[in-house]
Amino acid sequence: MTSNAFIAFQKNEETRCIVEAIVDDNPDAVVVDQPAMVKVDVPGRLVIRRTTVEEKMGRDFDLQELQLHLITISGHLDESDDEFVLSWQS
Amino acid sequence: MDMKVSKKLGLKERYTMMTRDLAWDTTFQPMDKVFPQVGYEGIKIHDWDQWEDPFRLTMDAYWKYQAEKERKLYAILDAFNQNNGHLSVTDARYMNVLKLFLGSTPPLELMAARGFSMVARQMVGAGPRVACMMQSVDEYRHFQTQIHSISNYNRFYNGMDEFAHQQSRMWYLADGKSFFDDAITAGPFEFMVAIGFAFEYVLTNILFVPFISGAAYNGDMAAMTVGFSAQSDEARHMTLGLECIKFMLEQDPDNLPIVQRWIDKWTWRGTRKLASVGMMMDYMLPKRIMSFKEAWEIYFEQNGSALFNDLARYGVKVPKCFAQTIEEKEHITHQSWIGFYMKPDACPFHTWIPAPDELDWLSEKYPNTFDKYYRPVLEHFDRQEKAGNRFNNKTQPMNCQVCVSTIKFNEPGDPMEMCFRETVYKGEKFHFCSDHCKEIFEDEPEKYVQTFISSHAALQGKCEPDGTDVNAHDYRPGARMHAYWRMDKRAAGDFNGSEDQKNFAQWRDQATKN
Repeated sequence: MTSNAFIAFQKNEETRCIVEAIVDDNPDAVVVDQPAMVKVDVPGRLVIRRTTVEEKMGRDFDLQELQLHLITISGHLDESDDEFVLSWQS
Repeated sequence: MDMKVSKKLGLKERYTMMTRDLAWDTTFQPMDKVFPQVGYEGIKIHDWDQWEDPFRLTMDAYWKYQAEKERKLYAILDAFNQNNGHLSVTDARYMNVLKLFLGSTPPLELMAARGFSMVARQMVGAGPRVACMMQSVDEYRHFQTQIHSISNYNRFYNGMDEFAHQQSRMWYLADGKSFFDDAITAGPFEFMVAIGFAFEYVLTNILFVPFISGAAYNGDMAAMTVGFSAQSDEARHMTLGLECIKFMLEQDPDNLPIVQRWIDKWTWRGTRKLASVGMMMDYMLPKRIMSFKEAWEIYFEQNGSALFNDLARYGVKVPKCFAQTIEEKEHITHQSWIGFYMKPDACPFHTWIPAPDELDWLSEKYPNTFDKYYRPVLEHFDRQEKAGNRFNNKTQPMNCQVCVSTIKFNEPGDPMEMCFRETVYKGEKFHFCSDHCKEIFEDEPEKYVQTFISSHAALQGKCEPDGTDVNAHDYRPGARMHAYWRMDKRAAGDFNGSEDQKNFAQWRDQATKN
């Protein structure tokens, strides 16, 4: 069974756009709503693309702004200017 | 005139410039003399440049985002306090969660800050040094903001003001203290596994995610904002711990057995520490969000398995205690709460028997164990309390020599029997809560014979308030523990009938009427 990579954010206006972007870019994403927070599970590999988030927000977005809203992550992280990727090899 | 505009550097290039180009090897003294600690634990590192911090945070970005987190945090905190925040929580029982949290968590954040400052100095590579330094600054931030966010409640409710004094003296705070004492007195790599992996990856996910989501559900915006703000740093911290484990395993195959032993040890130590966190979720949040068992399944069984499956390529096996923790998830929170309820004179927070609907919630969440083992005990205590015969265990608890938890958890496979182990070292007998703690002791007995256990030391006359004459003819060891703890008796014992309960009801009434 593939392990889930996941990311959780505080629930706010910015993360609403970020979660929408994740759902667009990761067809297997499962969004779990919890009080004050939102968690997104994706089997194996979860990608956040800067350009998709920018489309949703209607402004420039630096992926490191994710830091402001992050609650937790699962998976090995690879971060560049364009993509924030969490993945498990198994 | 043509101007040549140089392209802005990418994230990876900026991070490399900071962590590689700004670092240098020492020449006046050889590197192994400047950084001796990385050799003490037997970990072999051949190339420090292989360490890659995946978050690639440069200093300017770090300060920028941390400052924004702080502004956001204080905006929320101010608004909450300005709005009678101390009256907006679900009910005054909730306050006891904060009392337990305040004694157990901020002092550990401070220890983490100290530990990461040390490790930042001890590590050779610039990548881990920068990341450890940032983590140290983060931990100071958590320590300060946690205390600050709770300080408004301290103006109104009892039992919060002596947490710093109590941290190293109170019997039930000793498990967390010993966790960090153990980690900080190990070498830098073991510290990284202890805190970066076990504490951040296993523990803080359960402490700050479902528990803080629970704080939000209970109307405590102060704990919610400070918890989420801290947790936004934890994602970076757990990545650092994970990176350290991968780095050790990739550098040399001889590192595997050492790393495996640390994973086994610290997963167990983290698990033991979690019993009281789980108890908060199952018993102390008036409005529950998920059971400890459910949180354990998501954040340890599934998330931990994802990690261990991934690390299997290096030869790492799931920690030895894994099966036992799965069995225990249905027991430990009940055993902990019953344990605290039985000691009404010895904790600066209140306990209570859950209301009937709360007992039903527990029955539903723990179908295999609650009705069979724990509900009858709680109902018995309830009847006794109502009959004026409230149970009160006035003796000192017995604590485990390694994890310093009170010895109260059950024998694996037999919930009706208490688990108890002992061993003799240099003619002296030592006691443990489990096989895992006994094994940790036997690996490093010279370290653990030094464990300070206040409930044992008290009986030797070593825990007395100033001015006590331990040679007086009528001296009784442990008779003045309340003064030694500086315990506010108004905050102890039953919630029902407490000053906090009365004040909350009266103030809330005043807040809605003229």
